[in-house]
Amino acid sequence: MSFLLVQALSGLATAATLFLVSSGLTIVFGVTRIVNFAHGSFYMVGAYAGWSLIERFGATPAGFWGSVAAAALAMGVLGAAMEIGLLRRLYRSPELFQLLGTFGVVLVVQDLTAWAWGPEDLLGRRAPGLKGSIDILDQPFPLYDLVLIGLGPLVLGLLWLLFNRTRWGTLVRAATQDREMTSALGVDPARLFTGVLFLGCALAGLGGALQVPREAVTLQMDMAIVVEAFVVVVVGGMGSLTGAFLASLLIGQLQAFGILVFPQITLVIVFLFMAVVLVLRPHGLLGRAEEVPPTAPAAVTVPLSAGRHAGLWALALLAVLAAAPLAVGDYALILLTEVVILALFAASLHLLIGLGGLVSFGHAAWFGLGAYGSALLVKHLGAPMPLALAGAPVLAGLGALVAGWFCVRRSGLYFAMLTLAFAQIVWSVAFQWYAVTGGDNGILGVWPSGWAAGKAAYYWLTLALCGGALGLLRRAAFAPFGYALRAGRDSGLRAESVGIDVRRFQWMAFVLAGSAAGLAGGLYAFAKGSVFPTLLAVPQSVDALVMVLMGGLQTVAGPLAGAAVFHLLESEVMSLTDWWRLVLGLIVVALVLVFPKGIVGFLSGLRSSFNGRRA
Amino acid sequence: MSAPLLTVGGLQAWYGRAHILDGIALTVNRGEVVALMGRNGAGKTTTLKAIMGLVERRAATLRFDGRDLSALPAHRVARLGVGYVPEDRRIFADLTVEENLEVGRQPPRPGAPAWTPEKLFALFPNLAEMRGRRGTRMSGGEQQMLTLARTLMGNPSLLLLDEPSEGLAPLIVRQMAEAVRRLKAEGLSVLLSEQSLSFASAVADRACVIETGRLRWTGTMAELMADDGVRTAYLAV
Repeated sequence: MSFLLVQALSGLATAATLFLVSSGLTIVFGVTRIVNFAHGSFYMVGAYAGWSLIERFGATPAGFWGSVAAAALAMGVLGAAMEIGLLRRLYRSPELFQLLGTFGVVLVVQDLTAWAWGPEDLLGRRAPGLKGSIDILDQPFPLYDLVLIGLGPLVLGLLWLLFNRTRWGTLVRAATQDREMTSALGVDPARLFTGVLFLGCALAGLGGALQVPREAVTLQMDMAIVVEAFVVVVVGGMGSLTGAFLASLLIGQLQAFGILVFPQITLVIVFLFMAVVLVLRPHGLLGRAEEVPPTAPAAVTVPLSAGRHAGLWALALLAVLAAAPLAVGDYALILLTEVVILALFAASLHLLIGLGGLVSFGHAAWFGLGAYGSALLVKHLGAPMPLALAGAPVLAGLGALVAGWFCVRRSGLYFAMLTLAFAQIVWSVAFQWYAVTGGDNGILGVWPSGWAAGKAAYYWLTLALCGGALGLLRRAAFAPFGYALRAGRDSGLRAESVGIDVRRFQWMAFVLAGSAAGLAGGLYAFAKGSVFPTLLAVPQSVDALVMVLMGGLQTVAGPLAGAAVFHLLESEVMSLTDWWRLVLGLIVVALVLVFPKGIVGFLSGLRSSFNGRRA
Repeated sequence: MSAPLLTVGGLQAWYGRAHILDGIALTVNRGEVVALMGRNGAGKTTTLKAIMGLVERRAATLRFDGRDLSALPAHRVARLGVGYVPEDRRIFADLTVEENLEVGRQPPRPGAPAWTPEKLFALFPNLAEMRGRRGTRMSGGEQQMLTLARTLMGNPSLLLLDEPSEGLAPLIVRQMAEAVRRLKAEGLSVLLSEQSLSFASAVADRACVIETGRLRWTGTMAELMADDGVRTAYLAV
């Protein structure tokens, strides 16, 4: 009994931290309508900054708490700087750009943090005066955690006062509802938003700095917390403070007791909980139906064009690619094989985003599921390569069938969050189910059959399979299926009213895209000879988004060009530096800010303006 | 006679690629109520939004109280003393009546009447009874009153009033006309867009008639009432 009580209390302490971080995320989202991926980075840097300050000044209670406050304020200042430098330019952009742009910040911050504090985990000083524990029904419980438990409701109360009893809070709530009208009343929205980012990021920093006495400060803190905070915000209802508080409490308890019951799948439980809540209460526990329309159309305003002689060009490209082994060496062939595989991966995501307007933030799930499907068939059943390859799209397609049923029920940001959640579920299974998947060590020894073992042979196999799949995707885009998808993207309501079952088509697209990504994943596993959980992780999903975005959303050829450029950049440029995250992050931010139409879109823009001048 | 409070010349405005206004010119003198008349889609609302800086705009002349507005964003225009009352009301539904007023509050301005919530509750007695009520629980007429009161909290010297009588019950329309006359008596200048000739004639001194984004006719309200040709050409439905 007393053990359960202590477990519940430690759940409350977790909940307090979770609430501090997610309250910041939900406030920023409520006002700016941007889901700030970099929120976890402020938590992490807050912890690092807090660690440094506490090491220096934290021997006395005043020094300790002063350090925590200073770290929080510093994160607020950084958050305000990010608003001015980046977010301000993204308010009118599609959600995809906002998510990607802030993810670029995540990458940059990871490398800068490693540069400033080094790669080792840091253990911080315990809080002076709160080092001991007290006995609760004969069970020891850390005093510090008790303080944290009290801090959650205190911060909720203070935030409530701020938003309901001050002029600033009233203005923020007004701007949340109607930005334009608020500015027409003489309020500078830009300054208001900078203030909101200050507040939100300071809360993240506070959460981070408060962790220093409890756990090691690591470079992995950012993604871990931001994904959890997403879950809290989505479960609580996006933009709702009380909802975030409630959701934090529930998820804190779920984690505290989940670890007793299902120690292997603690991570899965949380995401399953979120999926269930979203199906039962689509806007979260305390969220409300959106009154405002989504900030911007999901992706596209220019119609997808087939291009003249597109078929001829594709055949010519295929011929050139097929002839490549005659001209280039093994290393180039390996690179080309990977490019072709990634092109299929990117094209499958493009089907969802470009045609369906469905921004998936977890597309790596299907790529990785395909890869793991193949690897598991080889490892546990001794399946030959053809069978294992056939299994890849099937397993990924089945996964997408289940996840898709949930995901297509929602659109826009909620869709992105749901896909992210499912990717995290699949990832955590691969990561935690040691006996089957090997966990972090992955599965090794996934090699092609003898007849395909040569670099050229495997390349041709890849080219044939990916070429076939790409041809199929392209046909789907210009078949009635593709038109129905685009109709649903541009106006769901109108498409419904002419008799198109939009959700059904989106579900089909989700499964098709998932299977195609799965095939790419299976081919990738045999190309590499191994699979690791990173294939399913968020950065892999982001890679796919970057490829699609690099190529440009409005063109069929875009994802192919994007995959090629991205992979060459990744293997030829970024491998030269230890700071590849920094480079990639800056590329992502630049793409989002400067080349929102991607390479192909940029080139055709140049061409048409050139033609226009000539005419 | 002193220079006009508001001078607009060669005003162009766009919604995305659509060119909505093509060379609107008008003036509002101090203490004057001017009605911007025209059919649905003529460009009345866009004219007011363009003056305010809420749509993409360009103007040969856009001067208010001696200052050039043409490069200013909406919140700066509002801070100079231009109050904007949108036709679709756009009250902050999650905020109470008092909080809505608080959002509109700006410091008092020389040369313009200074408002407090108490003075506004005296002007709109209905609102006084629902200070703590949220915007979601108000009738259309009450919302319209609140929108006007909220803008007045900014102590404007010029009011841009978009379709104040639209969609309101006849009794409320009469109250609204009475309110506009009171505001004029307090020294406010008003530019209002209106389709209803009877409402305009009840409150306005002068009228500007626009159609398809261009200015077609301008003159006193009495002249407009006497000119059947103009009314048939540009106003009759």
